[in-house]
Amino acid sequence: MSAQPVASTAATPNDLVLDVRDITLRFGGLTSLDKVSLTHTRGEVLSVIGPNGAGKTSLFNCLTGVYFPQEGEVRFYPEAGVERSVLGRKPYAVNRLGIARTFQNIRLFNALTALENVKIGIESRQKTGPIGAMLHMPWNRREERESDAEAFRLLEFVGLTKRANEVSSSLPYGDQRRLEIARALGTRPQLLLLDEPAAGTNPAEKRQLEVLIRAIAETGISVLLIEHDMKLVMSVATNVVVLNFGQVIASGTPKEIQRDPSVVEAYLGSGDEADSAAVPRKAAKKAPAKQPPATRTED
Amino acid sequence: MSNPTLERGETPGPGSRLPWHRNEDYRRMFSLLMVGLVVALMTGPSGNRDHPTDGFTGSWFHPRVLLFLGAAAAIGVLMTLYDRSKGAGRRNPLQPVIAPITAVRDRMTSQPLLRYSVYAAILVFAVLYPMTLTPFWQRVLVDQIGVYVLLALGLNIVVGLAGLLDLGYIAFFAIGAYTTAYFTGKLPVAPPFTLNPFEVVPIAILATLVAGVLLGGPTLRLRGDYLAIVTLGFGEIVRILAVNGDAFFGTNVTNGPRGAVGIPHPSIHAFGINYDWTLKSLPYYYLLLVLVVGLLIAFNRLENSRVGRAWTAIREDEVAAAASGVPTVKYKLMAFAIGASTSGFAGVLYASKVGFISPDNFLLLFSLLVVTMVIFGGMGSLPGVVLGAAVLQWMPQVLRGKVPPEDRYIYFGALLILMMIFRPQGLLPSRRRSRELKLSEEGLGGADSLGATPGTTS
Repeated sequence: MSAQPVASTAATPNDLVLDVRDITLRFGGLTSLDKVSLTHTRGEVLSVIGPNGAGKTSLFNCLTGVYFPQEGEVRFYPEAGVERSVLGRKPYAVNRLGIARTFQNIRLFNALTALENVKIGIESRQKTGPIGAMLHMPWNRREERESDAEAFRLLEFVGLTKRANEVSSSLPYGDQRRLEIARALGTRPQLLLLDEPAAGTNPAEKRQLEVLIRAIAETGISVLLIEHDMKLVMSVATNVVVLNFGQVIASGTPKEIQRDPSVVEAYLGSGDEADSAAVPRKAAKKAPAKQPPATRTED
Repeated sequence: MSNPTLERGETPGPGSRLPWHRNEDYRRMFSLLMVGLVVALMTGPSGNRDHPTDGFTGSWFHPRVLLFLGAAAAIGVLMTLYDRSKGAGRRNPLQPVIAPITAVRDRMTSQPLLRYSVYAAILVFAVLYPMTLTPFWQRVLVDQIGVYVLLALGLNIVVGLAGLLDLGYIAFFAIGAYTTAYFTGKLPVAPPFTLNPFEVVPIAILATLVAGVLLGGPTLRLRGDYLAIVTLGFGEIVRILAVNGDAFFGTNVTNGPRGAVGIPHPSIHAFGINYDWTLKSLPYYYLLLVLVVGLLIAFNRLENSRVGRAWTAIREDEVAAAASGVPTVKYKLMAFAIGASTSGFAGVLYASKVGFISPDNFLLLFSLLVVTMVIFGGMGSLPGVVLGAAVLQWMPQVLRGKVPPEDRYIYFGALLILMMIFRPQGLLPSRRRSRELKLSEEGLGGADSLGATPGTTS
């Protein structure tokens, strides 16, 4: 924990990359998100934590155009001074804005190779159309070469160079997670949304992931992270937002969150038999942190 | 023809203690004999109201039945012997035929010299071989095979690459053909100017492109089965419009069921070349060959380009594709339009070669036939699709005169069933597609062979 970044002070509007204001998402009578607000400072790693069913993935889906919240606003700043509204855009259009995501249950293109998976992300920014592809003009070939080079660079960045030509479904689980991140990075995002990247990975893979997330943040890309693994959250996150029953119950630096009594209660319940692994404070000291057994039922 | 589910699970060997009726060899033999009886009944005489039992006396109680039962028994014994010789595991009996082809294909990707020599050999064969054929087979090669190869290549983009099941594909063929009839002045309504069929090509491509976008725009947000039903409806709408178009608000537009007659052959009078295509099939064959080779090159590039990869991404996981920045509706529309315009192009050639079109050329059956060709050859695989179209159009012609005409579809069906049992991925499957099929068998990918992933939302 010695590498803990200094807690950021109150961000000025110019430093923001994402500004979520009072979004409310209802499914019939069920309120999945209730006036959730959060701000994300450019270049930092913001982690969203919370018990199962707290609305973390719903929040992600709102930010990426999958769900349309009934109320609220989401503002995204691709660069300082440029403001774009996220709500109302289709998922691919949100991606165009500069928000890329990964999925809780890995969604790679299984029959394609690792390289091709990354290229699909990169090529969503290119111009070659069907006619150009059929005619194979020099500028189309140049784009193809650029796409190859960029894909190899990204595979190297996430440490999968040797597996470039392997079919993605044959990769080990942790590699698939990192490949999904590489594909998302291929779309040149300003903001990367990671939905439980450490779920199902082993301790060694978790350490690699920790290094990778730091490396991504160092390149200037802001990271919004949903994670159950408290050790990972505490080591990479600059700030933490805690959700419970669709509401933000706490936000602050990891250290502040660890001390917050409402967070402890949200994770433990009052009077429940302690599942110590889920308590941020204790989990931070234990390695590897185990998830509560019910984790995988969340969708 | 055995039911593969009978052979899964326990595999009792020769020394098995299982009762005979649970022994798989006997069970298979029983199924085969039943199939023999059914085939005997189906190929025998049919009864009528006065003699309802004629069907049975003429087939089951006739020495003919022994032929079918004997054939079934022989197949059963051969399959059993084959299984024994290969030990316990069930092996694909087509393997010895397929293995060398697969080996060559694998090497072709890494060795350009081998690749180009194989292409050159196929091309030389395709140029020279038809010269040795009789006029009948030359005609089959153009009217049946060539045109359907074009159709299958176009549909392969829609079904094989983008994973959209289009059951009304022949409608675009019809639009292409009717556009030709219109602009050559062979429909009751006079065109503003008459054109040579070659000059109609760009117009027909444009018309089918527009038709594809018009149909695709509102329907492509549907998935899988729903899309199939809507496109099926579209195919029927176009055909019925053609049938009833002889009284279109009081004017005769399409000449109704009688269709258009006397559509001229194409000719070239430009760039110092003067050539007229006539009733002879061979010149048409070479025209088609040039077009097919051109399309093969273009579509192969398309498949391995940004566009082809985007289609694959959409087919495999539409949600993930959208999250990776692929505008899914736009790409689906693109696939639809490219497939439609290929079909319209084929329609122009067909209309000008045969010279006569009527709504009967554009039945639902033909849409299904093209889908079958794509699946039979191997979805998403260009050589596979060409081969599939060729085999399925060639087979009925071979059977012509050899078997009673009404039996031809039995053999056709038997071929398809055998194919689905022993080689569900198609004759020459694309690598991506075979991987997908394998993954879905393991429960990892989409269970639907067309690539729809279950459980996806939006």
